[in-house]
Amino acid sequence: MSQTPLAPPPRAPGDLSDALIATDVWTDAMLADHGIPVVDVPFVTVGGGIGSFVTADYLRVCGVPTSAMRVLTPLETPWQSYEYLTRVSQVPRTERLRSDSASTPDNIWGFPSYALREAFAEKNPRQLWNVLVEPIWSNYYTPKAGHAFTSMEKEMHRIRYPEMVVRGQVRMVRRRVGGGYFTILTPPQGAAATRRIAYRSQWVHVAVGYPGLKFLGDLQEYRTATNDYASVVNAYEPHEHVYEKLKAKPGVVLVRGGGIVASRVLQRLIDDRDRLRLETQIVHLFRTYTDKAHGTGLRKRRKGSDGWAYQGFNYPKSVWGGQLKQQVRKTEGPARAALYKEMGGTNTPIRRDWQEQLSRGRAQGWYRVVIGTIDRMTKTGELVEVAVSSDQGPQLGSFDAVIDCTGLEADIREHRVLADLLDHSGAGRNPVGRLDVGRDFEVRGTRNGGKVYASGSATLGGYFPGVDTFLGLQIAAQEIVDDLARQGFCAKLGPGRSTSQWWKWARGKQI
Amino acid sequence: MTSTLNGRIQTRVALLVVVGGIWTLLITPLLPTGVGIGASYGVTFSVLLVITVLGVLWELAYHGIQQFRWEKDWPTLFGLVTMVPEGLLVWFLFAGGAIPWIGSLSGWAFGIHFVTTWMWVFLIANGPMRVPFVHWRFNGGRLV
Repeated sequence: MSQTPLAPPPRAPGDLSDALIATDVWTDAMLADHGIPVVDVPFVTVGGGIGSFVTADYLRVCGVPTSAMRVLTPLETPWQSYEYLTRVSQVPRTERLRSDSASTPDNIWGFPSYALREAFAEKNPRQLWNVLVEPIWSNYYTPKAGHAFTSMEKEMHRIRYPEMVVRGQVRMVRRRVGGGYFTILTPPQGAAATRRIAYRSQWVHVAVGYPGLKFLGDLQEYRTATNDYASVVNAYEPHEHVYEKLKAKPGVVLVRGGGIVASRVLQRLIDDRDRLRLETQIVHLFRTYTDKAHGTGLRKRRKGSDGWAYQGFNYPKSVWGGQLKQQVRKTEGPARAALYKEMGGTNTPIRRDWQEQLSRGRAQGWYRVVIGTIDRMTKTGELVEVAVSSDQGPQLGSFDAVIDCTGLEADIREHRVLADLLDHSGAGRNPVGRLDVGRDFEVRGTRNGGKVYASGSATLGGYFPGVDTFLGLQIAAQEIVDDLARQGFCAKLGPGRSTSQWWKWARGKQI
Repeated sequence: MTSTLNGRIQTRVALLVVVGGIWTLLITPLLPTGVGIGASYGVTFSVLLVITVLGVLWELAYHGIQQFRWEKDWPTLFGLVTMVPEGLLVWFLFAGGAIPWIGSLSGWAFGIHFVTTWMWVFLIANGPMRVPFVHWRFNGGRLV
């Protein structure tokens, strides 16, 4: 029996058509023909996470009224997505992030720092002493996740952020004939009379966060072959059931990766082991084993031992303001990619409690290290059999669970809005393959009588390396806002305005 | 701190001139200099001038040391303990008669003036400086 093609379903009112999607630059009339309502606002930020929040915060501090900005987002709060990722990767609100004391997304000045506020709140100078002597005589101070979220919440209300938020999913940003852009929002079902709403603006800021997680091939193959999603997990997926399983009966777990997430997962496993007197055995698989300080020269040596490369934060500290920031800002193309490679590589901070746990595990034999890569994983009964090509030759082991902490990020094309910018709006890729932005975070190639800016993880590889961090988002926001001030959208943030606005912040005065 | 060489020098000069200058104006009358007020100001501002000029040279050395740090940063404590070699050098220069226009200098007056000035500069550089100069920390300590 031959299938007769069905007639296309009637288009929902105010929806996109294939013809419109295929057209790169749109006119006002095209949207009118499609019945898509148009909302005019000078500045739109897409994403609504911490990147959007700190940019909106800067703009509010620079005198932009809430009516001149819209935050288009599916999120309930700016930290929702971030909190989800930190929580599942074992940093609940009570634990400390990997972030500097003066990286304060609720305060553009970084003063008072988290350590200073914590010292005042607890009437205890211990944390101030810590920032004074770090990193030589103590590990870096880092704020508790909960402290970051509650202070952001306070700032969110101070700047009247909720007045600017429009809920929905952004589908695309397109250039407009006559200048500016259309940002197409899909509101939640039933929230609007039409399927789409267009925001017509002169400036668009894209801060959509991680394009997605990329699971390693062996993990995907295992899941496809066995349909077992519970025994082999990525650490960024909810995997509380693994810890529960290890509580119910003694087990052996394989942890893969040498970054901060591996450190946190190991801490969780060992905390549970200590607290509940479990018999958990841990095998830790490193692809690259770092046994000593390493680098490309005497002046470029990063600490390392026991498999780990050690670094306080995810880049050397001066990328957020010092020598390395200045150096990368001046480089182009392959030279920049080489600098990224030199500074990059998986690493984790040194923390005394982690060092103590792992050395105890090594001494008592319940924490063992293997160097190599996974060849394949197969299901044998309740266990996962893992074949590894190790430095000692092929090895085979059976595990109750495998926790993959390698945390690879997907290509930017995995995100619909970014893919659309690449395909239809003239955006391109930088030397490391992500979204190409200028020094002021303008997405190159998209200018159209206005500008599209981007910040966050999607822009890694640009003139500023530390994009994917609290402070990096604020640095990007400052560059963007300075550029907007030059175009007359907001006031310039000179010493007078900066001081008076800080004083308002200090008093908690709503702006 | 994460400073560039240019930023170090600019920050050093700006803070010593502004913060150091105001503090020196305020504290000089209270110092046990053993001489009249005019002569006291002559001494304290000479000390401030020498700290500033020598400081530029010290910053070259610190920048050199910073090159051996992976992070290319300057830990907070370094900004405090460098007070010791810098203070001793300035003291020896004054006590040894290397500053021709200053005859004598009271040790106590010098100690109190130097340490308190350093502490003000240190405390302001590590926080309040960012309030008026919100670009400063991202520009490697440069002000212009």
